[in-house]
Amino acid sequence: MRQQSMHFAARVGERLADVKLQANLKTAKGKFVDMRAAAVRAFDADAKACAAAAGQADAIDFEAVRDAAQAIRSKVIDDLDVWLETFEAKATAGGATVLWARNGAEVCAHTLEIARRHGLQKAIKSKSMLSEEADLNAALEAGGVQPVETDLGEYILQIAGNEAPSHIIAPVIHKNLDEVADLFSRTHKKPRQTDIPALTREAREALREHFLSADMGISGGNFLIAESGGVALVTNEGNGRMVTTLPKVHVVITGIEKVVPTLDDVATLLRVLTRSATGQSISNYVSLLTGVKGEGDPDGPEHLYFILVDNGRSTLLDDDFRDMLRCIRCGACMNHCPVYQTVGGHAYGWVYPGPMGSVLTPMFTGLERALDLPQASTLCNQCGSVCPVRIPLSQLLRTLRERQTTRGLRPWSERLGGKAWAWLAMRPAFYARAARLLSRYLGWLAGGEDRIRVLGLAPAWTLGRDLPAPQGGTFRDRYAARRRNTQ
Amino acid sequence: MSEARDEILARVRGALARDPATLTARRQAVAQMIATPQAGPRPQPRGDLAARFAERSLSMSSTVDRLATRADVPAAVARYLAANSLPGTGVCWPELADLDWQSAGLVLAGRPAGGDDLLGITGTFCAIAETGTLMLLSGPQTAATTSLLPETHIAVVPASRIVSDMEAAFALLRSERGSLPRAVNFVSGPSRTGDIEQTIVLGAHGPYRVHLLILDNE
Ligand code: SF4
Repeated sequence: MRQQSMHFAARVGERLADVKLQANLKTAKGKFVDMRAAAVRAFDADAKACAAAAGQADAIDFEAVRDAAQAIRSKVIDDLDVWLETFEAKATAGGATVLWARNGAEVCAHTLEIARRHGLQKAIKSKSMLSEEADLNAALEAGGVQPVETDLGEYILQIAGNEAPSHIIAPVIHKNLDEVADLFSRTHKKPRQTDIPALTREAREALREHFLSADMGISGGNFLIAESGGVALVTNEGNGRMVTTLPKVHVVITGIEKVVPTLDDVATLLRVLTRSATGQSISNYVSLLTGVKGEGDPDGPEHLYFILVDNGRSTLLDDDFRDMLRCIRCGACMNHCPVYQTVGGHAYGWVYPGPMGSVLTPMFTGLERALDLPQASTLCNQCGSVCPVRIPLSQLLRTLRERQTTRGLRPWSERLGGKAWAWLAMRPAFYARAARLLSRYLGWLAGGEDRIRVLGLAPAWTLGRDLPAPQGGTFRDRYAARRRNTQ
Repeated sequence: MSEARDEILARVRGALARDPATLTARRQAVAQMIATPQAGPRPQPRGDLAARFAERSLSMSSTVDRLATRADVPAAVARYLAANSLPGTGVCWPELADLDWQSAGLVLAGRPAGGDDLLGITGTFCAIAETGTLMLLSGPQTAATTSLLPETHIAVVPASRIVSDMEAAFALLRSERGSLPRAVNFVSGPSRTGDIEQTIVLGAHGPYRVHLLILDNE
């Protein structure tokens, strides 16, 4: 996907001015938040009831499952090299072929080579964010393989002229019913329908043919299971099952950080994943796929490939950012982010939006290519407080800001301001005088009102808000006066 | 491109900064963890698991009917299809082909489903009470397509095969089968999508409806 993350501020402006987008975001806002909250409440109540029925005084709760999920992911990341070797050995023993890709270009090269080797022409795809990272669809088309996105949301984006997803779970959250209705009637050359179930059926019929005729299936993977050497796929639509059942070749493309130890660990992670993502107690389909079609099997692929991709992930193993590799891509952080809710996913300018994207994009693609993203947060830490694997997202954003500063990547005005402040702060007498001056200047700007509507030195700051005018003297003056009075 | 493999693993090792002397010990620790899977914290429903399974299945938008034995299945299927004005022709897993479908006025072929079959009837390896979930294993006699391609999926679930949670299902799988089949499909209700305006629609690419026949005496 073409990276646009260096133009965050400009793109935000466009999104805020986009009336339709703002209305669509408003429709979505809060839905995911409420659904997660309800699911967590229901889980806790259920655990309590089960404990009571078993005569136990103490019940587990969702927080306990989050702790366990965090521990599982950390365990793997801390010994990632060994877990990867173990997964590779199991998968290979089960009949799969494991390939490795350092970057997106190698993902494309492997995939095309597989298509060429088996003479494949049409690839049905279920959602894979890595395919977006690698810009795989463009590469497939250039290589003579027709890519067909089959997740309803991804399909809509593809027929809309290969638009980028704006959410990792709900990729077309930025489009409304009207836009989809127009798109479908144009693409399918059918009378325009505005009923959501009817539109869904229309897509089902259009995609059925592709499912039955494709010879290549490409999927992402939620977890790579070391115990079995297989992949876990968590889906709702059933397209993931089609993609991994019908074509004769299945290619799984996942990041190297996706390994989990055992089937039991998959069960634990699922309990937090689906509740955090969509508020479901489980998604409709969870498929564990291991090896190839066996003797006498009526279905399943004859060839199974895993492409394990680094593409910047190993740089996150650095102590400061290692926590980020626990991410299970649930989307809760963006669902709960006030900035995401206001600007939508496209403003972030690359594959991953929201708080997790603001950490991943600069780390994957370079700090200087996403300068605004670590700043695109109020550090309210809503994200960190709902993250199922307890990634300290706002802490990571702060660390990125520090790195920007130490590498001299912040604008000169900000650097100068910081230096001036540090100089002053180390000289208390000057500081007191400067504070007094500033307070008087602000008082003058307010012109007798209790707020400042246009801040002379930084007018942009007051575009969307007012600055309260200083009330009474500076803190130091008032503190000194108070001490005098009490003595 | 094993060059890529070596480079990625080297990068990972470099970043983890583990003492190379510990590699053997770390490998053993990992093998040990895999050999002794630990179940995590979970609600662990007990008691009447069939009732719990039925209740959770309803919440996942499946429908449920409770029967006594296997022999009651054809009549129950006919009832369900008639009530929903659905055609009485379809496919089933071979293990169900011996049932007396004909007397119930149904035509079921014991073969895998194709793209045009409207009804698919399966058994299940086991079922999970915690979430109302079927656990289907692929195999020569248990086609994965039967629960996927048709618009209606009906599953026969012996009550004795209902376990509390996924961990228990995995334990059963390990003890009865040893290793995993090509595909383990956990199915919880009909396929759905919420992609257009976060409005949930049942019947995305898989079945529109999932009907469960719980056999209380089996
Ligand atoms: S950072 Fe946490 S909340 Fe965000 S997608 Fe990853 S796991 Fe989910």
